[in-house]
Amino acid sequence: MDYIFHFGPIFARWELFARGALLTVQLASASMAIGLLIAVVGAVLRSFGPAPVRWVIAAYVELIRNTPLLVQLYVVFFVLPPLGLKMSSSQAAVVALSANLGAYAIEIIRAGIESTPRGLVEAGLSLGMSRLAIIRHIVLAPALRAIFPALASQFVLQLLGSSLVSAIAAEELTAVGNNVMMQTFRNFEVFLMVGAIYFVLVQIFQTVFDGAYRRLFRWPA
Amino acid sequence: MTLRDFGLTELWFLVFSARWTLLLSLIAFAGGGTLGLLVAACRVAPQPFLRRLAAGWIRLLQGTPILVQLLLVYYGTSFIGLRPDAWMAAALTFVVSTSAFFGEIWRGCIQSIPVGQWDAGRALGFRFTGVLRLIILPQAMRLMLPPTIGYMVQIVKTTSVASLIGIAELTRTAVMVNTVTFEPVSVFGVVALTYFVLCWPLSLAAERAAARMDQRRNTGMVDLLRRANA
Repeated sequence: MDYIFHFGPIFARWELFARGALLTVQLASASMAIGLLIAVVGAVLRSFGPAPVRWVIAAYVELIRNTPLLVQLYVVFFVLPPLGLKMSSSQAAVVALSANLGAYAIEIIRAGIESTPRGLVEAGLSLGMSRLAIIRHIVLAPALRAIFPALASQFVLQLLGSSLVSAIAAEELTAVGNNVMMQTFRNFEVFLMVGAIYFVLVQIFQTVFDGAYRRLFRWPA
Repeated sequence: MTLRDFGLTELWFLVFSARWTLLLSLIAFAGGGTLGLLVAACRVAPQPFLRRLAAGWIRLLQGTPILVQLLLVYYGTSFIGLRPDAWMAAALTFVVSTSAFFGEIWRGCIQSIPVGQWDAGRALGFRFTGVLRLIILPQAMRLMLPPTIGYMVQIVKTTSVASLIGIAELTRTAVMVNTVTFEPVSVFGVVALTYFVLCWPLSLAAERAAARMDQRRNTGMVDLLRRANA
């Protein structure tokens, strides 16, 4: 083993990596926000909406959860433009990532909703609360607390999954790694660096989610 | 202008490439399952060194994208004189990554068996491996089943990442067929459907197994609130 590590060419391009990491964080954050919105509305409708709406949401969830994210990215990137929806690769990435996360998060939130004790809802009804008020205060608030850790790990998976976006040429962290590899031929160093950046990002996101959990749900269980 | 039409030949070619997806999945499941059992065992071992090693293994592999792991193995290992072909790289990466996920899933199941079972086993003179194999695992197996089937779905889907280093499994074949036929709606429709047919039975089985175990999920309050005139 007489290999000499050369991180020089990598560090010389730190700006590319920084820009790639920034786009990764942006893609992940945008799709987390949109995905969460889809999920809260979707989960409530999936449980309490009219029957046809429930079926449509169930079909959406099953379709997304049983096909690979990479195929979903290709569908958005290759199928939608000929149908008249022109998108940049970053936009296509956000659409696919949000749709993907939305489906997983609907299932997570629904599990929280359905574990609400029946007695609590009965109590709300006898107090004369409206259905929406019950859903909001009695069902959703404790449900979100119960499933927050599961949701947070799904968010982290989303951050990692965003690396697949490099396949449709969005210039995020993994794509930067591919480009720098072709410029420098320091394959091992490049992907060690990229992996290390992802690892640090994951730790940061986890810390933020832990902090948010403690801050958001301070009332006793 | 397209090079060829999307006919029966192309359809058959596309669907039949799923055999490589299945083969990759089987390798990942068998190899990752075996290694994962070792990881889970180390994670609950009496030696702190082993526990920390397994925890680090899990944290590292769950904290980096599988695509980056795959690229590192495929392109990055030439410095120790390795020039793995795409299949070797994919098999190694999927086995290692799957071992971390199974290790973590199974650790949870093992640890939800009451500690008294461990104490009793040790009191009877069994060593760690004996207690784990003869007393803990047979009880934990029931808990392990649903999440294990559930993760098999993830494995099948994750093999699509191998397309990015040129393995002509389902997803890669789809991109190639799409390039020559330029019929993205049919091509990706067929591919999505093929994955769905592979994964959905597993998802249903996992759900059913979980439902059998977890009675408290349906409290009847959903129906109550749906019917309520509030």
